[in-house]
Amino acid sequence: MLGLSAKDTGFLLFVTFLTLATPILLQPFPESSSLAQFNAGYPDLMQRFAIFGIFAIGFNILFGLTGYLSFGHAAFLGVGSYSVVWTYKLLSFNVLPGLILAIVLSGIFALFIGFVSLRRSGIYFSILTLAFAQMSYNLAYSVLTPLTNGETGLQVYGSDPQYLMGEGSPDVPNLFGLVMQDSMKVPVGDWVFTFNVGYYFTAVIAIFVFYISLRIFRSPFGLILRAIKTNRTRLNYAGINTRPYMLAAFVISGMYAGLAGGLLAAMDPLAGAERMQWTASGEVVLMTILGGAGTLMGPVLGAGFIKYFENIFSKINETVLHDWFGALPEPVRDFLIGIISPFVGDGWQLTLGLLFMLVVIFLPGGIMEGAKRIGSLFRRKPSQGGGSPAPKAPVEAAETSNQPAE
Amino acid sequence: MDAIILQILNGLDKGSAYALIALGLTLIFGTLGVVNFAHGALFMIGAFCAVTLQRILTLSFEQVDPTQKDFLGNPLKVQVPYVESWFGPDIGAFIIDWAVPLAILLAIPVMLVIGIAMERGLIKHFYKRPHAEQILVTFGLAIVLQEIVKLFFGANPIQTGAPSVFTGSFDFGALLGMPPDVIIYPYWRMVYFLFAVVVIGAVFSFLQFTTFGMVVRAGMADRETVGLLGINIDRRFTIMFGVAAVVAGTAGVMYAPILAPNYHMGMDFLVLSFVVVVVGGMGSLPGAVAAGFLLGILQSFASMNEVKSVIPGIDQVIIYLVAIIILLTRPRGLLGRRGVMEE
Repeated sequence: MLGLSAKDTGFLLFVTFLTLATPILLQPFPESSSLAQFNAGYPDLMQRFAIFGIFAIGFNILFGLTGYLSFGHAAFLGVGSYSVVWTYKLLSFNVLPGLILAIVLSGIFALFIGFVSLRRSGIYFSILTLAFAQMSYNLAYSVLTPLTNGETGLQVYGSDPQYLMGEGSPDVPNLFGLVMQDSMKVPVGDWVFTFNVGYYFTAVIAIFVFYISLRIFRSPFGLILRAIKTNRTRLNYAGINTRPYMLAAFVISGMYAGLAGGLLAAMDPLAGAERMQWTASGEVVLMTILGGAGTLMGPVLGAGFIKYFENIFSKINETVLHDWFGALPEPVRDFLIGIISPFVGDGWQLTLGLLFMLVVIFLPGGIMEGAKRIGSLFRRKPSQGGGSPAPKAPVEAAETSNQPAE
Repeated sequence: MDAIILQILNGLDKGSAYALIALGLTLIFGTLGVVNFAHGALFMIGAFCAVTLQRILTLSFEQVDPTQKDFLGNPLKVQVPYVESWFGPDIGAFIIDWAVPLAILLAIPVMLVIGIAMERGLIKHFYKRPHAEQILVTFGLAIVLQEIVKLFFGANPIQTGAPSVFTGSFDFGALLGMPPDVIIYPYWRMVYFLFAVVVIGAVFSFLQFTTFGMVVRAGMADRETVGLLGINIDRRFTIMFGVAAVVAGTAGVMYAPILAPNYHMGMDFLVLSFVVVVVGGMGSLPGAVAAGFLLGILQSFASMNEVKSVIPGIDQVIIYLVAIIILLTRPRGLLGRRGVMEE
């Protein structure tokens, strides 16, 4: 189906199901229970899952397949956001023209940056992309203020022309009258499920771009990209000019980032320069690595994981901890709270940093590799002929290289 | 003329900080072949050494002062720092005043220990892994270090003053026979520049004139052969990592009066220092120092109003622009060795 093998079709259907059922799946705890704060089924967070999933899927096409570590992808995120807000200002609150503009503009921008940066590889490539992104960020704050509205951030004002604004069109982001903020609350017993228009809009787009990335992974083009990661010199000797392929991968991932940035502005009609800062680029790197670079599902999981952490974990403060350990005797309780509290609430980034280090050190393949290892523990059957030996090889290589060569 | 001298002076202190961090970065890269993204965090920890020492020195207890009375006529209770009660008020106040320079004495052992622990505990395992993974794990370490500092010191910048002797400004123009107040330059920035020159000189002479330094230089050139001669080069490289950490740490200590330390100052400097290293040439020590000062001065020139009115926004992007041009035209950097990381 759709040019996919039977296995991939099943996989795509599974992902589609998961994405569409997210509002239900992420709401496992009843409202009245004390665990309800771990529910992630509210629109804002689910939209972020989908949007940053798109961002990470795109980044993975570059980093996961070719191994080129870009530290400047946030620039495209910013370009996407700005172009969507500009279409709000000039045309109307319909998100579609803005998203198309976001993809086109970020594609052109990526073509330029990629053309220059891809002349170098390795750490130099990382530094070049970082330099371009920081330049865009600094310019957005200073000289480009007429375009970006500087520190205030770009937003829609009443005095903006909005030429396509009809009589009855809503004055919030919408898709042909379908308002993004609208949601339907469905109480089922003690659970409340929220079905949000914006989430389903991003979810459908996310499924579509996931399908594209699946096709890229399985295509001859994807094979060349993997070959670049394995041994680029050899590919050159074989008579294949790798640069156009690299550039194509860079532009595609830039367009994904632009789309994600556009969707951010489609959910919330604001765009600020801080979206272009290099910490935002670092975040997508974290997501991809944490989930598993080079795997299809990994980056999405990583994005969901980090956004969940950011929104839910950071809410656990000392009062919540007191509630949890209220039953324990006081010295034990204070001891536990003293140990745990630096890692939650405001300190969630500490946990994230530690987790990230552990993943890079022990599990370079990320969550996906962890799942695979646990799976093979339970299966126990040494399925040597199957797909498992291939992804394991780099891990073993990494482990043997841990011993320094004396 | 006076404007040019002023901009050169302004560029020197930032350039000194870039040069010191970049020196450590390139030292680590040249010896261990590791790209250390946590180096900015070491700079930040150094700055917080100054904050810590200042807090320790101003630890105080309450004492009833019989000579003073509060508005109700009761004897006034005053806070007396322990240092003042031990060494007498004059010497005690002097020690507290000089907390920042004294913090160097605290920072040297602390940074040495942190650096060596970092190398033995983490970096050692990443020698043979790709550069991308080295970047990632040290990036994670930088996040952890900066969050730990945030945990203890909070998220707000902490003002840390220089000794009161250095608080004023120096009329540099008068020295050159110009009218007064044309070129004035804060004393502490001059101290920082001199300090940077001393540290850089110390590192270079350590590498150039000691047997230890000679072995390290030989190891940088050809690690395998040095190892085959029966020299434990790994241990020396570990110590060099510690030295690089000390350089970054003391640079941070002395920078505290210029920029109030906050937990993310390291990251801000790291990005620029990396650009400096790349411009100077990966693994080249003179390159890092030269590029550090060059970019610091270029940046301050670009922020002159005369330049900004011709090319708007140039002050924001000049460093990155130079880096891009250098990388595209001369990938080994200004003073890099031929064939080192040219790809």
